[in-house]
Amino acid sequence: MNTELIGVVASYAITLLLAIPLGKYISKVFNNEKTLLDFISPVERFIYRICGIDTTQEMNWKQHLMALLSINLIWFVWAFVLLLTQGSLFLNPDGNPSMSPDLTFNTAISFLVNCNLQDYSGESGATYLTQLFVFNFLMFVSAATGIAALIVVFNAMRDKVTDKLGNFFVIFTKTITRILLPLSIIIAVLLAFNGSPASYAGKDTIITMQGDTTQVSRGPAAGMIAIKHLGTNGGGWFGANSAHPLENPNYFTNMLEVIAQVLIPIAMIFALGFYIKRKRFSYVIFGVMTIGMLSLLIPTMMAEIKGNPAITEMGIDQSAGAMEGKEVRFGAAASGYWSIVTTIISTGSVNSMHDSSMPLSGNMQLLGMMVNSFYGGCGVGILNYYIFIIIAVFISGLMVGRTPEFLGRKIEAREMKIAMLIALLHPFIILVGTALSAWTLVHYPNADWVVKPSTWLNNPGHHGFSEMLYQYTSCAANNGSGFEGLGDNNVFWNVTTGFVLLLGRYLPIIGPLAIAGILAKKKYIPESAGTLKTDTGTFGLMTYAVIMIIAALAFFPALVLGPLAEYFSLYH
Amino acid sequence: MSNTANKSLFQKDLVTEALKQSFIKLHPKAMVKNPVMFCVEIGTLVMLFVTIGILFNNNGSQGSFGYNLFVFIVLFLTLIFANFAEAIAEARGKAQAESLRKTREETPAKKVFPVGELRIDEIKIVSSSTLVKGDIFICEAGDIIPTDGEIIEGLATIDESAITGESAPVIRESGGDKSSVTGGTKVLSDKIKVRVSTEPGESFLDKMIALVEGASRQKTPNEIALTILLAAFTLVFIIVCVTLKPFADYANTPITIAALISLFVCLIPTTIGGLLSAIGIAGMDRALRANVITKSGKAVETAGDIDVLLLDKTGTITIGNRKATHFYHADGITVETFIECCVLASFADETPEGKSIIELAKSKGAKTQATDTLLNEAVFIKFTAETRSSGMDLKNGRRLRKGASDTIKKNAIKAGYEYSTGIDKIVTGIAANGGTPLVVSENEKIMGVIELQDIIKPGIQERFERLRKMGIKTVMVTGDNPLTAKFIAEKAGVDDYIAEAKPEDKMNYIKKEQASGKLVAMMGDGTNDAPALAQADVGVAMNSGTQAAKEAGNMVDLDNDPTKLIEIVEIGKQLLITRGTLTTFSIANDVAKYFAIVPALFIASIPALQGLNIMKLHSPESAILSAVIFNAIIIPILIPLALRGVEYKPIGASALLRRNLLIYGFGGILLPFVGIKLIDLVIGAFF
Repeated sequence: MNTELIGVVASYAITLLLAIPLGKYISKVFNNEKTLLDFISPVERFIYRICGIDTTQEMNWKQHLMALLSINLIWFVWAFVLLLTQGSLFLNPDGNPSMSPDLTFNTAISFLVNCNLQDYSGESGATYLTQLFVFNFLMFVSAATGIAALIVVFNAMRDKVTDKLGNFFVIFTKTITRILLPLSIIIAVLLAFNGSPASYAGKDTIITMQGDTTQVSRGPAAGMIAIKHLGTNGGGWFGANSAHPLENPNYFTNMLEVIAQVLIPIAMIFALGFYIKRKRFSYVIFGVMTIGMLSLLIPTMMAEIKGNPAITEMGIDQSAGAMEGKEVRFGAAASGYWSIVTTIISTGSVNSMHDSSMPLSGNMQLLGMMVNSFYGGCGVGILNYYIFIIIAVFISGLMVGRTPEFLGRKIEAREMKIAMLIALLHPFIILVGTALSAWTLVHYPNADWVVKPSTWLNNPGHHGFSEMLYQYTSCAANNGSGFEGLGDNNVFWNVTTGFVLLLGRYLPIIGPLAIAGILAKKKYIPESAGTLKTDTGTFGLMTYAVIMIIAALAFFPALVLGPLAEYFSLYH
Repeated sequence: MSNTANKSLFQKDLVTEALKQSFIKLHPKAMVKNPVMFCVEIGTLVMLFVTIGILFNNNGSQGSFGYNLFVFIVLFLTLIFANFAEAIAEARGKAQAESLRKTREETPAKKVFPVGELRIDEIKIVSSSTLVKGDIFICEAGDIIPTDGEIIEGLATIDESAITGESAPVIRESGGDKSSVTGGTKVLSDKIKVRVSTEPGESFLDKMIALVEGASRQKTPNEIALTILLAAFTLVFIIVCVTLKPFADYANTPITIAALISLFVCLIPTTIGGLLSAIGIAGMDRALRANVITKSGKAVETAGDIDVLLLDKTGTITIGNRKATHFYHADGITVETFIECCVLASFADETPEGKSIIELAKSKGAKTQATDTLLNEAVFIKFTAETRSSGMDLKNGRRLRKGASDTIKKNAIKAGYEYSTGIDKIVTGIAANGGTPLVVSENEKIMGVIELQDIIKPGIQERFERLRKMGIKTVMVTGDNPLTAKFIAEKAGVDDYIAEAKPEDKMNYIKKEQASGKLVAMMGDGTNDAPALAQADVGVAMNSGTQAAKEAGNMVDLDNDPTKLIEIVEIGKQLLITRGTLTTFSIANDVAKYFAIVPALFIASIPALQGLNIMKLHSPESAILSAVIFNAIIIPILIPLALRGVEYKPIGASALLRRNLLIYGFGGILLPFVGIKLIDLVIGAFF
C-alpha cells in the first residue's frame, strides 16, 4: 500500500479508536454517571442558577421542541444584528464593512443551522467580533442543539413508557461543558502549535519568494478551526477554508481536522448503544453507515488517484492523481477522503476544491449530502437515520407478517405520516430549488438584477448544472461546502438558500423528535420470537436499501444531468 | 373444506363480471380513494388530450401519433388491470359468500303465534324473509331451518353440511352452549322451537358480503399507514418529474409529454397501488374459504399479530372427551360394590364421560341395564360448576355422587368420614399421569376413584411448535386440576395452562396478557365465554355457540373447529406479508425502470449517456414503451399472488425477512431488467 493510502486508513482507524471510548463517555455524561470531568459541575450549577433552570423539571417532546426553537430564535436575532452592524463595531482591525441585508440573512441562518454556507469570505467579509461572537459562538450552540435533540430521542428510545424525556437546557449545557468545550480546547492547542494563528493582531505584511509585498490575514483562528470540525460546522476563518495554509498547515493538522470532524458523529452511534443498552443495535447502525461511506469513498478515491484522462491525453503526468484544485501537501488520496467525510457528515469544510474533483467524485459528494445520514452531522445524522429506520421497520414488519414495531412500540399511520414527510422534504427542497434556479437561468438570463443570472455559473453545461444542484443540496443537508464556481453572493441565492437552510435544519429535527416522543408514550410490547429484530444484519441491509432507494432514486435524473453526464462524456 | 372444487382463480363468469366492474370503477370518485392509481388516471387523461391534439395539429415536437396513442393505451390498460384486480377479488369473495347465502333462500317457516287469552301457540306457514328478530318458529324432522336463531325448547339432530361441508349430523339443544342453529341447515330428527336472533339482512353472512362488496369496507390502520407510504412515494416522483422539465430546459433537451408521464407512471408504486385493495379483500375471502366469517377486515389483520392463543383443551388439544379407563376401589369396599356405585352414579349422566363409565363397567361384566322403576323413582343430580359433581338420589335413600376429588372429600369430611390417605395417593397418582380422577361416594362415604384419561390429538405438538416459531404463546384452558393440566400441557407442548378454569379466569388471563402489551386470541362457544370473547383482541365464536358468544366475538367459525385459530393467525400473517412483499417488489422495480427511461429521455442531446443504457434498449421510444408495458402487465401477472397470498413460513422473523427480501427485493430489482429487455426485443421492431 502506498503511503497516501496508509494515511487515509490511519486517519479512519484513529477516529474509530477514539470514538468508542468517547461514545461510552457521552453515555455516562447523560446517564449522570461518574466521569473525569465532574469537577466542572460547579460551573454548570452556576449556569443553571443564573439562567433560572430547574434541573429537576423534566419535559415532554413538545416542551423540548419549544425550548430548542425559542433559544434558536434568540440566537438568530443576535447574529442578524451583529452581522448587519459589524463594520461600525469594535474588534475590527482590518476595517471590514457590514454585511448587506440579504447576505446577513443567509449568513445568520447558515451558521445558526450548523451549515456555514459562507457566501462571504472570512478575511474581508467578517470582523474579529463577528468571527468570535457570532460564528464561533453559533458553531458551539448549533452543534450542541443537534446533539441535545438526539439525546432527547435516546431518552425516548428506552424501554419505559413515559413522556418525561429529561430537561433540554440541562442536556444542552452539558453537551457544551462536558463534550464540545474540552475537546475543542485540546484540538485548538494542537492546531496553534502547528502554526494556525491565535492572535488578535490585524493583517501582517510579508515579502513573497518572488519578492512581492503581500498582506496576510490573521486572527484568533485556531479555536474556530477546532470547533468548526468537532461540531460538523465547516465554516472557515479564511475564505479558502482548510485548504488555506494557516487554517490547515500540514499533514498532521489535516489528519487532526479530518478525525475531529467525524469523531462525534461516530461516537454518538456508540453512545446510543451504551445509553439505551442495545449495543448490537448500535453496531448494526455503525455497520450500515460505514458500508454507505465506503460505497461513496472507494469510487471517489479511485477516480482521484487515477487522475483525469483528458489531462493524460495532453501528455501531462498524472502519477500524483487528479491534482487540479488540490493542495500538494495533502495529495489526491487524503483530499478525496476528506471530500467524502465532509459531505456525508454535514461539516462542509474543504481541503481541496470540490468544483475541481473528478465527475464521479462530485457525484459521490452530492450523494453523500443527499443521503445525509451516513454518520451525518452532530446529532442530526442519527436523527435523519432514525427516519429511515422507521420506514424500514414499517416495510420489513409487513414482510414478516406483523404490524410493524420498533423497540417495542407499534408504528402506525401517524408516525408514518411524519416519517414520510421528512423523507420527502429533502428531495423536495433540493429539486425544487435547483429547478427554480435552472428555470430562471434559462428563461431570464438577462434579468435586470445586480448579478445577471447568465453570469451565475463559472462553467457551462453539465458542470454548471452540478454547481446549482450542489448549492441546494449542500444547503438542504446543512453541509456548507460548495462547488465554488457558482456566483452565490446575490439576492437570489442568498434568499432561496436561506429558506432551504431553515427547512432542511428544523423539520428533520422536529420530525424524529415528534415520532420518538409519540412512540415513548405508547404501550411497550415485549419482544417475542415473532418480533422483527432491528439489531440484525438483515435489518441493516433493509435500512441500507431504503436509504439508497429513497435518496438515490429521487435524485437519479438530476445526477444524470450533472456529474454523471460529465462522467460519461469524459470516459466516452 | 367444502369448496375445493372451486380451485381456479379465474372462473369465466367471475372474470366477465370483474371486467365490467373494472370499467365502472374508472369513475374518478371511486379512483380517488387510491391516490396512486388516481395519479395514473390523471396521467392517462392528459395522454388522451395529447394524442387527440396531435391528430389535429402535429408539429412533431411530441412524437408520432402512433407512439402517443400506444402510450395512452398502455396507461389505460394499467388502470383497467388495477381495477380488475380489485374487481376479481370482490367477485370471488361475493361468489363465495353467495354460495353460502344460497343455502338460505326463501324457505317456508312454521311461525308460532301466541293466540288468545291463554296464549296458546298457533302455527302458520310464512316465508322466511318475513321473520324478524324475536319471532319464534318450530322445525321438525325434514325441515330446513329458515333463519339463524337460538333453540328455546327441545333438542334435534341437525345436518349442517350445507355450511360446514361436514356430513356427520350434530346435536343442538336448548339451554347449554350448543343452542344456536343456522339458517339453511336441515333438521334430521326431533322437533325444536327456535327464537330468531337476527333481523333479516343483518346476519353475519350479510355483513360479510357487505364487507367484501366494499359498501362498508373501511381501510384498516395498517392499510392507512401503507397508503401514506405509497402516497409519499408518489409525491416524491411528482417532484422528480415536475422538476425534470426545467432541468431538461437547461440541458437543451426537449422532453415529450408522453415520456414525462411514462416516467412518472413507471416510478410511482402502481404495482402495489393497483393490488392493495385486492390483497385486503382476498384476506377476508381466504378466511371465508376456511369457513370463518369475519366481521371486519381489521380482525383478520389483527389475527396476524396475535401473541397469545387461548385454547380449550377439549376438542383442540385432546380428542373429544375423556374416557374412563380404570376403577380403583377404596379399602374395605369390594370391586363389585364399587362398580355398582359407579354405574348408578352415571346412569342418568348423558355426558360422554358418563357413558364411558357405563361402557367400562359393562366390559368388566357388571349389570348395567337399569329398570324403569329405578330410573323413574330416582332423582338425577345434574353437574353444576358450583357442586362440581353429579349423581343420583335413589328412592331407597342411597345418594350416589361422583365428582372432583376436593368436592367429594369436603363433603365426606363434613359428614364425619375419614378421608384415607390411600384415596389421596390414587388421586394424585392418576392426576400425575395426565388422567382425571373422579371420586365416587355413596351417602358421602368415599367408595373409590374412577380414572378418566385424555387422548392427545395426533400432530398437535407439531402445530404448537409451528406457533412457537411464529412467536405465539399457547395457553391451554381446562377444568382439570393443576396436576392433570400440567401433565397434558407438557405432553402436548403448550407453553402455559389455566387449570380448574372458571369463565372469569379466562377473562383475567386475557386482561393480564393485554396489560403487558400482548394481543390475545381465543375461541369460545358458551354464553359465559362472551365477556372473554369480547375482551380478546381476536374472539372466534363457534357457529354452534350461543348468540351471545357470536355477538361478542369478531369472527364466527362455521366448522366449530377449535384448531381453526391457528389457520386464522396464518391467514392474518399472510395478508400483511403479501402487502409488504409486493410493496418492496414495486419499489425495487424502479431501479430498472430508471435505467430504461432516463437515458432514453436525454440520449438525443447527450449521446454520451448511451453508457447508462445498460440494457442496450433499441431506441428511446421503444425503451419508454417497454418500461410502461412492463409496468402494466406486471399487475395482472401478480393478481394470482395477491389473491392467494404470499406463503407464510414459520422460520423466525429475521429468516423470513431475509427470504422475502431476497425473493421480492432482489427479485424486484432484477426481474424488470429482464422483462423490459424482452419487451424491447419485440417492440423494437416497430419503434
